[in-house]
Amino acid sequence: MAPVAPRSGDAIFASVERVNAELFTLTYGAIVRQLLTDLEEVEEVNKQLDQMGYNIGIRLIDEFLAKSNVARCVDFKETAEVIAKVGFKMFLGVTASVSNWDADGTCCSIVLEDNPLVDFVELPDTCQGLYYCNVLSGVIRGALEMVSMKTEVTWVRDMLRGDDAFELQVKLLKQVPEEYPYKDDE
Amino acid sequence: MATTACFIIVSRNDIPIYEAEVGSATKREDAAQLHQFILHAALDIVQDLAWTTSAMFLKAIDRFNDLVVSVYVTAGHTRLMLLHDSRNDDGIKSFFQEVHELYIKILLNPLYLPGSRITSSQFDTKVRALARKYL
Repeated sequence: MAPVAPRSGDAIFASVERVNAELFTLTYGAIVRQLLTDLEEVEEVNKQLDQMGYNIGIRLIDEFLAKSNVARCVDFKETAEVIAKVGFKMFLGVTASVSNWDADGTCCSIVLEDNPLVDFVELPDTCQGLYYCNVLSGVIRGALEMVSMKTEVTWVRDMLRGDDAFELQVKLLKQVPEEYPYKDDE
Repeated sequence: MATTACFIIVSRNDIPIYEAEVGSATKREDAAQLHQFILHAALDIVQDLAWTTSAMFLKAIDRFNDLVVSVYVTAGHTRLMLLHDSRNDDGIKSFFQEVHELYIKILLNPLYLPGSRITSSQFDTKVRALARKYL
């Protein structure tokens, strides 16, 4: 069977089923508000959002690879580009950009100019340490772990705290080689 | 021409959630408390009147000396009340409509509890700018 060419983010976004943006934003807002009421500690909420993102990410990667037909990425640089251009476009409808590569190509920044999760949101004084979009960092970490890359994802800039864009720093910790689950000599 | 104007947003439980002196006259110490007292006294009248009409803008509903109270009731029974001495009905109506839009945006913030005080400084700045524009 001839290999299928990878599709661009726009093409996939146009073909998948979409949900009303306000419904999405309000639902995510309700999740964060409920977590704040239940857990009360801002740090705990950040951890939970990251964990929820991780659980989403480990499942999302399969759908992403199925719909987008991208070929195996040669190096981490290509992986980051694919996440920013195809992944974010496909699932959130926004295009991100990659910048700030370090010397050995293991650490980069993904910058989001606009983010549908934070429409209308303003952080009150009681929640100042909250990373409202922490679910996104969990999603990236979970998805990359399923393709054998252990990463660490942190927020550098956050628009809800007064910066001008959202910036995620993705750092590749190590490539885990695929393990064959059965021992050969058994 | 100096105008006195006091703007208060009262929630459905009769708790003021936002107040601002938006007139261009110099503010006097006792004037602020007097204004709030007048607006509170007008709440009863608003309650009765709100059920008689389906319009949101109730024009001038009460008078005190030369100050007039105008009220705009939202669908959730949040009352936007303005105490003023001018007679600019159209300007006041537009002012109320624009503040209503800002209030809806505040309500859409998932981290805002409806019925609690509005602490956003952005909201405050915008309301004062609108007041300068329309009043």
